[in-house]
Amino acid sequence: MELVVFVLAAAMILVGAIGVIVRRNPVHAALSLVLTLFGVAVLFVAQEAHFLAAVQVIVYAGAIVVLFLFVIMLLGVDRTEDITIEPFRIQRPLAAIVGLGVIGLVVASVSASRDVIGRGSGLEIPAVTGDGDSNIRQIARNLFSDHVFAFEFTSVLLTVAVVGAVMLTRKVKNGKGVS
Amino acid sequence: MLDLIWLVPALPLAGFLVNLLFGRLLGEPKSGIVAALAVAGSFAVTAGIFFDLLSRSEHDRSHVDVLFSWMPVGSLKVDLAFLADPLSITMALFVTGIGALIHLYAIGYMHGDPKFSKFFLYLNLFVFSMLMLVLGENLLVTFLGWEGVGTCSYFLISFWHTRESAATAGKKAFVTNRVGDWGVMMAMFLAFGAAGTLSYSGINHAAEEGIISGVTATAIGLMLFIGAAGKSAQLPLYIWLPDAMEGPTPVSALIHAATMVTAGVFLMTRVNPVLEVAYDWAPTLIAIVGVATALFAATIAVAQTDIKKVLAYSTVSQLGFMFLAVGSGAYVAAIFHMVTHAFFKALLFLGSGSVIHGMHHEQDMRKMGALRALMPVTAITFIVGWLAIAGVPPFAGFWSKDEILLFAFAKSPVLYVAGMAAALLTAYYMTRQVIMVFFGEARWNDHSEENGAHGDFKPHESPIVMLIPLVVLAGLSMVGGVMQLPFSKDLHFLEKWLHPVVEFGEADIKGTWAYDNKYVLLGIAIVVALAGIALSVAVYAKKKIAAVEPVLLANGWHYDSTISRFMGGPGRKAFDAVAWADRTIVDGAVNGVGRVVQSAGGTLRRGQTGAVRNYAAFIGVAVVALLVWFFLRGVVL
Amino acid sequence: MSALLAAATPTTTWYLILAAVLFGIGAVGVLVRRNPLVMFMCVELMLNAVNLSFVALAKRLGDIGGQTTVFFVMVVAAAEVVVGLGIIVSIMRRRPGATADDITALKG
Repeated sequence: MELVVFVLAAAMILVGAIGVIVRRNPVHAALSLVLTLFGVAVLFVAQEAHFLAAVQVIVYAGAIVVLFLFVIMLLGVDRTEDITIEPFRIQRPLAAIVGLGVIGLVVASVSASRDVIGRGSGLEIPAVTGDGDSNIRQIARNLFSDHVFAFEFTSVLLTVAVVGAVMLTRKVKNGKGVS
Repeated sequence: MLDLIWLVPALPLAGFLVNLLFGRLLGEPKSGIVAALAVAGSFAVTAGIFFDLLSRSEHDRSHVDVLFSWMPVGSLKVDLAFLADPLSITMALFVTGIGALIHLYAIGYMHGDPKFSKFFLYLNLFVFSMLMLVLGENLLVTFLGWEGVGTCSYFLISFWHTRESAATAGKKAFVTNRVGDWGVMMAMFLAFGAAGTLSYSGINHAAEEGIISGVTATAIGLMLFIGAAGKSAQLPLYIWLPDAMEGPTPVSALIHAATMVTAGVFLMTRVNPVLEVAYDWAPTLIAIVGVATALFAATIAVAQTDIKKVLAYSTVSQLGFMFLAVGSGAYVAAIFHMVTHAFFKALLFLGSGSVIHGMHHEQDMRKMGALRALMPVTAITFIVGWLAIAGVPPFAGFWSKDEILLFAFAKSPVLYVAGMAAALLTAYYMTRQVIMVFFGEARWNDHSEENGAHGDFKPHESPIVMLIPLVVLAGLSMVGGVMQLPFSKDLHFLEKWLHPVVEFGEADIKGTWAYDNKYVLLGIAIVVALAGIALSVAVYAKKKIAAVEPVLLANGWHYDSTISRFMGGPGRKAFDAVAWADRTIVDGAVNGVGRVVQSAGGTLRRGQTGAVRNYAAFIGVAVVALLVWFFLRGVVL
Repeated sequence: MSALLAAATPTTTWYLILAAVLFGIGAVGVLVRRNPLVMFMCVELMLNAVNLSFVALAKRLGDIGGQTTVFFVMVVAAAEVVVGLGIIVSIMRRRPGATADDITALKG
């Protein structure tokens, strides 16, 4: 059963990813991204990270991709770019090296150490923590005790990001924006 | 008084500075008087030190006055220090004494010259340098003076620099001296390496104790001799001295007769323990070079027509005698001859200057003659100088030359014969000069218009300012021999005075045939001198024998012109090749490094395309490389 | 056949391999595409790959800290998207139709 879930989710992820990099229309690429994000959310659930799955769908697919689509529509970049030509001749070979290199090496490393990593699918997390809490409780406990400072800083970060975005994109009275 | 030794070089230095700053203001003749007084003051202080040393016992006659520590670098400790001992004070006495007389003479000779004060500041600078040379306590202070006198020689030879020949002569003197200076520098390096010090007491002590090996001592001695050959105009580096006659006559008298050219002999005498410890062939080589130079230059002097050139070659010849003495271990004789030569050669040069002055700057002897009546004082003093150099007793030159030949015979009869031949020629050409200038018919009327003489040309006697030094020097040339008479040990004043300095190196000839028969040799010397004079009289005065003045000799055996041709021809090509190598290879390598860096930078610059995607690609590639490394490290190895 | 299928459960290794492939695809996309928005989306792919591997290892090692990390990654990614899109908007406004290759002010 888990296998089926894994295979389906993996298919969604990979199809969506290929779609992102291949589709010429940016709107299509954004929709492929949504497919990928969904696949990842499914796998999160399979890994007993229920809270994160929910957050993934709400924040990533629901907010970030929507934001992307807003900007695409706003700027009118639904015009396509020609993907067949490449002004820097060295770029495609380098991309091939990077892609194959990363995939190949990580796969090789992981496979070589599968005896250490891949023994079974791990323990049930609720059993480890021992008190049978749900996932969200466990995350909360960990977040607000060990990582509370990071948590506070991230909220500051969000505020800064919002302010920054507003600053960047406002139009001043005389018509000029921030360049 | 000994503590005031620093005054001796300081006074001429002060004179130089005064003339440098205020010379033009003081004008003629005050700047000359200032310069002369400075040197006279030096002489007075030196005389005081002389008497001070005389009052001490024989082995206490050495005093070192350290002004300051000059170069304390690691194990090399060189001080700016003066050494007052018999040798240096003897040198200083005649340098300052004759120097003062020549300054006085020059006030008259340079009358009317637009650069009057400049002349005297150069002269004072020269005296300062020469005093640093002789009073130096170590080789480096001497070398300072050595270079200084070379530089001043250049300034003074090319004093009338608007004349092409004078400027060239100055350059030639400087460059030839430089070749010799290389020798002195090499000797300094070797001395420091062997003895660990540059001071004379240190080096001589090391030689006496045997710390310096025979090989090193030979090397040091020969290197110093190369320097001496340059400075004292021996074969093969004498070529600058005849050309140096382009300078004003007081310069020729002071520098190229009495003082600078003797620096080489002084240096060799200073390091006589080193020469003593060297292999025997080294002093023999010095002696051979000396006597060869003496003979060579004497043959050339026979055919010269310029009044100063005769004296120039004569100087080279007499210096050869001094080196013959050094090579034979007769250091006392060498110094003796140096002092007497200073007297009579300065006298002869000043006399010739007086003649030139009276003849309105005519220097060709063929256009002179019968000047005896018109320039009586000059004539008489010149004749005294002539008799002294020809070796006629009781004049000074006879005693000193005889002493040298005595030691030469003790070393090798061949040297003696060669030296005698040179002495014969000396008497011959000097007599020739006296006859051509002062006796015979007056040949100057024919050429009266040629040298700016105004209408009715008549040679005249020089002013009294120029005659006083002539008279003084003539007196010294007459009685100077008294310093070292051979008749008895008690009369060897100079030898007793110089004994502590030369005792290690002085040759001991007591048992030789020469010593036992020295009165025979004395007689032979007198006969040879008189024969030379008689021969010359027969040729030039009585005209009984035809004059033999081959062109070969007049051109100096073509030695000088051969060197010039070589340096200008193949030598020039070699120099150009070296310059090319320096430009192309050495500079090329250095510039090449710069060019390589530039081109490498230019190539790398093309990676900065400005496009973000390229930068991302490079980052990606680097990440892959890192992954490869981690993979190899963790999984493979 | 189905027995075989049922027997093979996806181990952590499989998840890691999947994450690696996703990451590689995202990297290639960043390097190849010129439209700034699509490049940004590829960056999001890479971030998701990392999140996936974190979660897989969190389960494997029994450490909840992995999931907390993913939480933070999502927050920061959100902030980053906000600012990044703001930049893109302000650039595109001045130069409509610009691609990543048109911004070459740092050319050496």
